[in-house]
This record gives sequence, structure tokens and C-alpha cells, in this order.
Amino acid sequence: MKLAIQTKDFSFTYPKTKEATLKGINIPIYANKVTALIGPSGCGKSTLLRSCNRIHDVYPGNSYDGEILLYDNNGEKAENILQYKKENDLINLRQRIGMIFQKPTPFPMSIKDNITYGLKLSGIKNKTELLDRTEIALKGAALWEEVKDRLNNSAMGLSGGQQQRLCIARAVALKPQVLLFDEPTSALDPISTASIEALISELKNELTVLIVTHNMQQASRISDYTGFMYLGDLVEYDVTETIFLNPKEKKTEDYITGRFG
Amino acid sequence: MLFNRFFRGLSHTSAWLVLTILFAIIIVLFHYSKSAIGDFGFFHFITNSKWIVGNDGNGGNFGGLIPILGTFLSSLIAMVFAIPIAMGIAIFLTEIAPEFLKAPVGIAVELLAAIPSIIYGMWGLFYFGPLLQSWFGGQSNSLLTAGVVLGIMVIPFMAALSRDAMNTTPSVLVESAYSMGATRYEVIKDIVFPFAKKGIIGSVILSLGRALGETMAVAFLIGGVFRFPDSLTSATISIPVLIANNFGEAGNLQLSAMFYMALILFIISFFTITIAKFYFLRKTD
Ligand SMILES: Nc1ncnc2c1ncn2[C@@H]1O[C@H](COP(=O)(O)OP(=O)(O)OP(=O)(O)O)[C@@H](O)[C@H]1O
Ligand SMILES: [Mg+2]
Repeated sequence: MKLAIQTKDFSFTYPKTKEATLKGINIPIYANKVTALIGPSGCGKSTLLRSCNRIHDVYPGNSYDGEILLYDNNGEKAENILQYKKENDLINLRQRIGMIFQKPTPFPMSIKDNITYGLKLSGIKNKTELLDRTEIALKGAALWEEVKDRLNNSAMGLSGGQQQRLCIARAVALKPQVLLFDEPTSALDPISTASIEALISELKNELTVLIVTHNMQQASRISDYTGFMYLGDLVEYDVTETIFLNPKEKKTEDYITGRFG
Repeated sequence: MLFNRFFRGLSHTSAWLVLTILFAIIIVLFHYSKSAIGDFGFFHFITNSKWIVGNDGNGGNFGGLIPILGTFLSSLIAMVFAIPIAMGIAIFLTEIAPEFLKAPVGIAVELLAAIPSIIYGMWGLFYFGPLLQSWFGGQSNSLLTAGVVLGIMVIPFMAALSRDAMNTTPSVLVESAYSMGATRYEVIKDIVFPFAKKGIIGSVILSLGRALGETMAVAFLIGGVFRFPDSLTSATISIPVLIANNFGEAGNLQLSAMFYMALILFIISFFTITIAKFYFLRKTD
């Protein structure tokens, strides 16, 4: 199996905090699989996710330790993304690793411009190519039929579920290797949630998914691998079925069966 | 129930009070400027560059061209000077400054905004005017000195309001743009600015309003002479300064002409804000 990302003794400390928030995390993220991160609130799931595209660097003063290896498409050559210093390297990284947030974050522009924004940033200027890729991305996010007649309307007018799919389309349009999802459905109704889950399962064919979720059913439904985190440690990592049916650690079992919160 | 009605009544009254005051001001200005309007008309008044008191102390030939020009030009210079700097400060404070600098610089900006205008006037008179004169020649008290000091005066105000507007950009939106590979510059240009556009335009308009009506600082710096400004560095006069300087000893017609000037200033300010409100602010929706 090909690797997409692998962290090695990865530690992370927020500014002005004495203790590390993440302590020596070793987790493999396999290519074209869905890996879920679960664990109680505050255990560091988002912190780990946000390290993978270095979005932490938007704010000053964080410190990283260890390695996060990002593999090429063949799963052979890897680079340690923590060594990137120049803005350009970070931009390339973020175009390879996209991110979807808990709340939908459409930009205050038209539906079409939301999709073409990232494409234009990456240097695509040709109008027909932009339009084609907009269509492909919207189809890929199962949104095309709903919005094809109002591409020039503001994205703010879409429903929450549609906005979230627009954000996915926007990220997918850049053809990233990996997509990071931070509780992407926790602000959505069950029907929109179902459509996003279906979408994530389909995205596996083209890219790698790392998703944080509080919803156990969701993790077991859509993920191939699951990591259980607790107080900044990765307690257990395994095939999703094993984690849910046959966990090795007592802590994992307690959490899964809802015996602690 | 009773409270409800009480507060409804109170807020209605307050709202009407504002309108009443507005109308009262217009009526008074209009009433006192009637004889000047009758004598000089509108078009002739605003194109006439003379301000000559008659021999008997009551009559005379009064025109508004020079103070109107002085007001416009000094405010224009102020805006041209202030907008880029204020935007730079606002961007620095929201997006660029390291955390430990944000608070002190922010407080310094707010302190500067609270300095009374007469202090800016004195500083300009004794230090900045002569400095500008040594660079650009001309007079030390001039359109340029008044405009630039006006600009300096409104910078903190404009910067603080724009910063507050930019700070309302949700951080997830900013992070979203970064996570699509935007540079810092692109995030500011494409996300922060559009998001804060209304607030930024509002801050510019409020600053322009302040600059148009500012009396004290300009009175120190513009020269206060009734003369056509043939260059940026020559002395001239603005509407508020004209009024403040001559109010005490003015005869009937001159007093009326000054009320006429005040009415014109009122209309200029009113229209700046109305046009901006209805044109710019609606377009952003
Ligand atoms: N900007 C920050 N500065 C300092 N500490 C932070 C910061 N952000 C998060 N933390 C702390 O880091 C720890 C991990 O936070 P993180 O957001 O990664 O948790 P999480 O597992 O995603 O929780 P949740 O399920 O509630 O989203 C928490 O103790 C949190 O208080
Ligand atoms: Mg989180």
C-alpha cells in the first residue's frame, strides 16, 4: 500500500504554552484511503490536522518537532514538510493538501469565482479551461445540477450543505493529493451529512482523505483506518473495523463504548 | 408592557429629535443667509473670488470661490496623503504585526486619535510647516501644510476604524484562503479588503467629514489670507477658518455671507456623506 503522509515523532507546541499539545505522534496516512481521527474534545485532533498543511503558520510563534513526511504520487519519494521555510513552499504544500473546515467558508463572491479563485492563484488564466474545471469540480461535488443556472450568483445564498459542497468542490478543483476535513458535517442536517459522506467515499478514487469527526458512526461508515487520540497522544491506530470491534487499548474501548467523555 | 411602550416612546422621540435638530440648523442657516443669497445669487457667489468689506462697514462684495477651493483642496490633499498610510497601518495591525507589537501600536494609534486638533495646529505651525517650506519652498503656512497636517490628524482615526473593520473578517475565511494557496498579499486583497469594504469606505467618509469641517488646526496652518492659491505651497483660506476669523467684527451683509458659506459647507458635507452612503455602500451588496 502506498503512503501519502507519515508523521515521525511529531510534536507540536502552541505559543505561550509550556507543555507540548501533541507528543511524539507516529501515524501513517495511506494513499487513496480515508483515515479518521477520533478522540475527546481538546485531545489535539484539529492541531494534528492543521499541522499537515502548515495552516498553523498563519499565526506566529508555534513550534514543530519531529517530521511530517509528504510522499509523491507514487508513494516513493518523501519530503519533510516541516522544513519548508519560504512562502512559496507553503503555497505549493497547500495546493497539494487542501482543507475543509467545520463551518462552510464560502468566499463573499459568486459561485463560479469561489471555484476559480484557487485555480487563478495557481496560475491558470485561460477562460475555457477555468470554466471546464469549474464544471468538473462542481459535478465532482454533486452540486452542478443545483447551481448550473446561477453560477454568477453569490455563494452566500446557498444552503449550508450546498456551501460545504462548494468548499469541497473548490478544494477538489485544485486536484490536491490529500484533503483534510475538520468535522465537516457537524454544522449540517442529516441529509446534507449523508451527501457529504457519500462524496468523501467517492473522493477516495482520486485522493487521500484525513478526517476529524466526533461522530463514531460516521468514522465507522466512511473510514478505512482510524486513529484514537487522547491528551495529545495517539493511543491506538488500526484498521477501522479493528478499532471499533476489537480495540487493543482499554482507553480506546472506553471511549468507543461511550464510557468516558 | 408599560416599559415596552415607554422605551418605544423614548426611542421614537430621540429619532425625531435628530431630524428636528437637522431641520432647525438648515432653517437658521437659510434664514441668516437670505440677504447674501438675494444680493449675490448662487452661481455668481461661488465663482466670485472677492471678499471686500464696504466702506460703511455694512455692505460689500463677497464671493465664496476661494474658501470653497481652500476647503476642497486641503481636504483632498489630506485624503490623498492619509488613505494609503492609514490602510498600511490597518493592514499592519491586523495581518502583519507580531502579536507583541499589535497592542502597543494599536493603543498609540488610538491615543493619537484623541489629541485635540489645536495641538496638531501648533505642531504644524512651529515645526512641520517650516520643514515643508524648506523642502518645497513657498510659504510655511499654506494649502500643502494645512492639507498634510489634516491628513496626519485623520490618519489615526481612519486607521483605527479600518482596523476594526478588517478585524471582523472571520479567521476561518482567512484560513480558507491560505489553505487554497493564497499569499498574504492575496488574502488581504481578495478576502480581508472585500469583507471590510463597507467599514473602510465608512472610515474614509467620516475622516473626510472631519477634514472638511476642521477649524482649529487649519486656522493655524492655511495662512488665513483671502487669496487665490496659485500653487500648493501658497497661503489661502477655508470656509471654517473664514468664519472663525471674521465672525466677531462682521457687519450685516458680511455676516449673512458667512452664513451663506456655512450653508454651503453644510450642503457639501451632507452630500459627501449621502452620495457615499447611497452609491458606494449599496454597490457592495
Ligand atoms: N491557538 C491555541 N493556543 C493555545 N492552545 C491551543 C490553541 N488552540 C488549541 N489549543 C489547545 O490545544 C489542545 C488541542 O486542541 P485541538 O483544537 O487540537 O483539540 P481537538 O481535539 O480538535 O478538540 P475538538 O474536538 O473540541 O475540536 C486543547 O487543549 C486546546 O485548548
Ligand atoms: Mg477540533
